[in-house]
Amino acid sequence: MSAPVDPEVLFDVTVAAGDGWLGEIPAGGRLRIVDLHGNQAVDTLLYDARDTANRYSAVDTVRAQGSAYLTTGSVLRSVRLDPLATIVDDTCGRHDTLGGACAKESNVVRYGEHTRHQHACRSTFLRYAVAGGLEKRDLTHNINFFMNVPLTEAGGLTFEDGVSAPGKHVELRAERDILVLISNCPQVNNPCNGYDPTPVRLLGWAS
Amino acid sequence: MADASGYQHDVPGGAAWSLILRRGSTLRLAALGADAVASMLLYAADDRWERLNVPDTLKAQMSARIHPPMVLMSDMGRALASVTGSSSDWHDAITGHSVDADLARFGPSDYGRDRNGWRRSARSLLLDELYGHGLGERDLHATVNWFVKVRPGGDERGTLGYVPGHTAAGDWVCLRAEQDLLVVFATAPHPLDPAARWRPAGVRAVVAPGDPAPADDPSRAFRAESARALAAAERSAR
Ligand SMILES: [Zn+2]
Repeated sequence: MSAPVDPEVLFDVTVAAGDGWLGEIPAGGRLRIVDLHGNQAVDTLLYDARDTANRYSAVDTVRAQGSAYLTTGSVLRSVRLDPLATIVDDTCGRHDTLGGACAKESNVVRYGEHTRHQHACRSTFLRYAVAGGLEKRDLTHNINFFMNVPLTEAGGLTFEDGVSAPGKHVELRAERDILVLISNCPQVNNPCNGYDPTPVRLLGWAS
Repeated sequence: MADASGYQHDVPGGAAWSLILRRGSTLRLAALGADAVASMLLYAADDRWERLNVPDTLKAQMSARIHPPMVLMSDMGRALASVTGSSSDWHDAITGHSVDADLARFGPSDYGRDRNGWRRSARSLLLDELYGHGLGERDLHATVNWFVKVRPGGDERGTLGYVPGHTAAGDWVCLRAEQDLLVVFATAPHPLDPAARWRPAGVRAVVAPGDPAPADDPSRAFRAESARALAAAERSAR
């Protein structure tokens, strides 16, 4: 009987506050996102690495699982309902996929003209997407790991803090070769980052 | 309301349609039967990479549903359309529309067997329309599902509950374009509708010319966020 072999580490990177990341996870590989300092929204998009039009779909994912929040067991599906990844571990407990990403333009709508030139996730998404051969059309409604956006039975929606904490993590298993596009959210106008955006750690394993 | 220069078109159930709706014009949709659905995509007509963004629309107006007098917002922070009125205060935008796999329970269907009764998913119908405008799968986004109600539970997972019987014949919603729009919608049944039989209801569309949101418009007064999205659309129309 041989000792178990440690899975091959693909990467171990820290994404600075307000920065982004684009990388590939092979089928069967895993990605762990660690909320190093707590209450940090990590805006995330997934693509079939071999056919990027087959991309993450928030509404198809939510409908297929019959519930609004993501946690362990949630299958993150594409527009064609293909499983792109599964959440296999989650010490936070719940993640949003209906609140979308911040953008300069939506910041102006939400908070006023004075926020127009603040940094925003959509710009980060685009910067990393374009470098990877994608473009604006390829952006869609994302996942917000570690973000708490409660829906109410009366049809309300709010942004709240409070579910994540320093060191909490979420882990995905790739169900096919996937591209992962991340914006470590720089939003300072609501509690999604505790009004203080901080770094996160990304750990990738081949299995 | 049908001005001499307006027009009316009935879209049968299980079909799709698209139209250009000019800034200020209104589009009134009325259910022609129970459980009608219009799953709608919206694009700015002169920059079709600017499109409806449901998350931005919902979070800016603190709502998990679409209702009057909310403003439907683009990813560029501009109003695309205002919901000027409706017989319902709940239209779904968070559970998408049917894909081909959702048709399996109705049994086999194809053109040879069913001719124009061929059962198609909302997705394939929407894509057919998008292709006709030079758009495609990469241009899909969360649809507003007019006449559909799916209620999130207050539980830990946010369990979603489809509300049957939410829509009857004659129920309606009216939109006003706040910029020139490409409007695309499909009338296939919602995939969470448990009805055993395929009997999709149609939707009557009435288009009428008009003016964009006036200064005292209820959508402008609804929330500061709604007013700012309308102002952004006005600024770019100058
Ligand atoms: Zn952000």
